[in-house]
Amino acid sequence: MDGAQALSDLTEISSQIRAAIVLDADGSTLASTLDDRPELAEAVQELLAAVKRAAGNEEGELAQAEIATGDGSVFLVRDEQRTIAATTGPEPTVGLVFYDLKSCLRAFAAKPKPRPRTRKPKSGNGSDAAA
Amino acid sequence: MPRHKVATGVVLALGSLAGAIALRRRSARRRDRVDVYFEDGSMVSLADGAPEASTVLPLARRILETTRA
Repeated sequence: MDGAQALSDLTEISSQIRAAIVLDADGSTLASTLDDRPELAEAVQELLAAVKRAAGNEEGELAQAEIATGDGSVFLVRDEQRTIAATTGPEPTVGLVFYDLKSCLRAFAAKPKPRPRTRKPKSGNGSDAAA
Repeated sequence: MPRHKVATGVVLALGSLAGAIALRRRSARRRDRVDVYFEDGSMVSLADGAPEASTVLPLARRILETTRA
């Protein structure tokens, strides 16, 4: 599934989610509902690092987090390769939001990888250059 | 209508409004927290005011602000 399509489905399914972004393990943005805000990826990475430090369990793998404020909540969900972050309004249905975010990450994981190209054996007559 | 009844009504209305605002602010502050879940099933909850949460909550507020703007 296309990354933008996965996020589009997410915001369609979950009316509580206002914005969402998916980051690769190296921090690069895979998809975002706010393409015009490149600073969001950096802020999410900072938040992820801060949550890990604050929880004081850097040895254990962080699976998910909710940072709740009076203005809304920020959710983080991770799998082996990606992190999805989403914002909601105040007092969201936490379990439902986590479920939807995990489903979205699974949709990313199910994205078929492009098959490696196999190089055709060169023929001696130089026909490749002509093609 | 007698003037004192109007004054009582106004005082009651203003008191209710002030109480509602105070309650809302208090409950909003109580909502601020960081809940972290780990792969091994453990969970940590940090309330607003905890030193560990002091760096996380401003970052989350910044993200909320960015996505709202």
